[in-house]
Amino acid sequence: MTDITNAPAVPRKATSTELVAASLKRRRRKQIRLQWIGLGAISIAFLMLFILVASLVSTGWQAFTQTHVTLEVYVDPEEVPEDRLPRGGFRDVLGASMGQMLPDVDMSARETARAVEGILSNGAQFELRDRVVADPSLIGQTFTMTVPVSDPYDQLNKGLIERETEEVNRRVKDNEIAWFDTLADSGAISKPFNWGLFTNADSRFPELAGLKGALVGSFWALLTCFLISFPLAIGAAIYLEEFAPKNKLSDFIEVNINNLAAVPSVVFGLLALAVFIGWFGMPRSAPFVGGLTLALMTMPTIIIATRAALKAVPPSIREAALGLGASKQQVVFQHVLPLAMPGILTGTIIGLAQALGETAPLLLIGMNAFITSAASSPFDSSTALPTQIFIWADSPERGFVSRTSAAILVLLGFLVTMNAIAIYFRQKFERKW
Amino acid sequence: MTSYHGMFSALLILVPVLTFILLWIALQGPVVDRITMAGLPEGVLDGLDSGGVQLVLAEIKSVSRGQIFGTPEDWKIAAAGRYVILHDRADWWLFAAVTILSLALLAFARSRVAADFRARQGVEGIVSGLMIFCSTVAIFTTIGIIASLSYETWRFFERVPVAEFLFGLNWEPQIPLREDQIAAKGAFGWLPVILGTIVITVVALVVAVPVGLFSAIYLNEFAPKRLRSIVKPVLEILAGVPTVVYGFFAILVVAPAIRSFGQSIGLDVAPNTALAAGGVMGIMLIPFISSFADDALSAVPQAMRDGALGLGSTRGEMMTTVLFPAALPGIVGGVLLAVSRAIGETMIVVMAAGLIAKMTINPLDSVTTVTVQIVTLLIGDTSFDNPKTLAAFALGMMLFLVTLMINILALRIVRKYREAYD
Repeated sequence: MTDITNAPAVPRKATSTELVAASLKRRRRKQIRLQWIGLGAISIAFLMLFILVASLVSTGWQAFTQTHVTLEVYVDPEEVPEDRLPRGGFRDVLGASMGQMLPDVDMSARETARAVEGILSNGAQFELRDRVVADPSLIGQTFTMTVPVSDPYDQLNKGLIERETEEVNRRVKDNEIAWFDTLADSGAISKPFNWGLFTNADSRFPELAGLKGALVGSFWALLTCFLISFPLAIGAAIYLEEFAPKNKLSDFIEVNINNLAAVPSVVFGLLALAVFIGWFGMPRSAPFVGGLTLALMTMPTIIIATRAALKAVPPSIREAALGLGASKQQVVFQHVLPLAMPGILTGTIIGLAQALGETAPLLLIGMNAFITSAASSPFDSSTALPTQIFIWADSPERGFVSRTSAAILVLLGFLVTMNAIAIYFRQKFERKW
Repeated sequence: MTSYHGMFSALLILVPVLTFILLWIALQGPVVDRITMAGLPEGVLDGLDSGGVQLVLAEIKSVSRGQIFGTPEDWKIAAAGRYVILHDRADWWLFAAVTILSLALLAFARSRVAADFRARQGVEGIVSGLMIFCSTVAIFTTIGIIASLSYETWRFFERVPVAEFLFGLNWEPQIPLREDQIAAKGAFGWLPVILGTIVITVVALVVAVPVGLFSAIYLNEFAPKRLRSIVKPVLEILAGVPTVVYGFFAILVVAPAIRSFGQSIGLDVAPNTALAAGGVMGIMLIPFISSFADDALSAVPQAMRDGALGLGSTRGEMMTTVLFPAALPGIVGGVLLAVSRAIGETMIVVMAAGLIAKMTINPLDSVTTVTVQIVTLLIGDTSFDNPKTLAAFALGMMLFLVTLMINILALRIVRKYREAYD
């Protein structure tokens, strides 16, 4: 409008309508460009997520199967005399039965025999030992046994070691491939689902390494975390939301909780190391200490969620209960809290899911130790799922690459399940007032 | 309400007794350890540093569990015997003390409980006390963090001068510091470490800020409702992925890709380049920034949108000239919080960044960060009396202070701006 009033003297210049119409195309183009940039940004984020998941799945799915070889084992009483159990030449027993399956191989040469025995996992002899110790009548008998093959052969069978590679650059040599093919042709090689991934604890040998220790450790840590953080956080949230007088102390507590939520996780690790382990002398690498640390980190999350849930309960409920003569605590514990419970549980599950993926503080309290058995109590040394991933990612053996991806897929599976439960809770029990 | 009488007695007994048992269990270990060590024959611990003393204690404990390796000295076996007896005796003492305490409290509760006793008020008093205790746990945690960090940092500065730490240009904590060796000069200067942290943070922000911001702009103004309802949860998935997974992604995919790309155009890229760690950290921060920016844009009052559109601007112009400037403080607050996240982020850099501190700002090179140094210094052996481990606490202190300041600043900006429109 200013254009019109200011410029009537200039004859027949474009009216503002015309000016706008002329510029409109350019301006629309600008807007469309902005939209495209936005779409591009979202696509980048999606692409990254896709690459992340795809790379994990493509490297990890192989670890969910494990190559096994089925052997006819004759437990030679000369190698394994009953009176010397649990000692005995179990390795040689296995070597002999391998020799029978590969008749063309000259097993008298020491080096060759070693190499043939190397097809089997190092754990095979212990499996045989455990079976014989459990049932000594097996000595002198022949029975079939299915054991994992060692990592290089597992990778060969899965196509991760390519036969076209030049022999010097390959971990499995030509003659070894020939042995393996002989075994495969005779039908001794199988590739079943890798239950060992869930039933074995950690091991130096990729084909034997499993997640049992990590799963148990994470379970104890999360249980400790839940038992400590849940009651403390609910108590704190109820007090702050329903009872706390508006004073300096309440403000200070509130500021503290908000800041704690943003403190880097590694600082909680330092706290745990200095206070729990250094001053109180709690055991290192114990899931209990890990759970305690995670509880301190999870508490702010649960407090914030609980306060939001309490706030969502309408005042009419409180007023009705108060009007019927309930005390303030009776109102909160008998009416408000049960109504807020679904929201609280949702927040708690999300907080626990975060705690499950937390790694740095657990590293500092030593939950990255190499431990080959699952913890039987929360005070035993143990790893946890994320720290196990860290350990495997650091291992030089090729076989651990796909194990790491598989462990990550397991971890992500747990996280997805927990979040799905939280969403289910929210949708099932959420009430619109 | 008769049940309150029983509840009152139960709480009156259980709360003190459980507290007592927890305290006892927490203190029993250290006290027994100290008595055992104090009872050792004179002279056997001479010349041992605290690590050596710890080792002796560990050996005594393993002997007491019956795990004997080699032939321990007689005094160790004797000490192990005493250790077992002390623990047994402690258990008896605990049992006796708990019994006496419970009976005393029971008698007290019985004397209070009567027909005209106001039990509900008593119960509610105890419950509010418990709730107040719960809410002070946050304060105690903060106090614990500050106290432990300052104490260990102070011990670090007893060994390494403050000025060396703050202004030194060399970070070589792996140099062994013996008693007779003057601390290798400048080996504990944190400047290269903080410089590396800054390099990686900048790389992360270069990835995260544009992507996060433009996603938020699109989602907030242009996206159809259906698309928005798909994109938001997917971005939340990115935020929920544990950082150890991002770290593995960085070493498995991103670092090799950047390296081979660099080689194909003739650049010398370190295997653990700051680009990989920073870039992956940027991916992690995308949802963080986009949700903050989305909230900030949504918080701009509808009147401002309507005004801009009513004056004839296109929706794009409304976004760039009205909404974005109005939301800028909130966005800046979100970016600042992302910076503090990036500085404190640990697993991605521990797995994908380097270990050696260099004074470089070249993102193709390998750099190290504060959190990497904290973790590598503390993994494995940790006796609390050498500068190497204490240095980790000094770094932790600096990390805590820096992130705390950034967080306070960011929250203040966000809150101030929110008030302006509410």
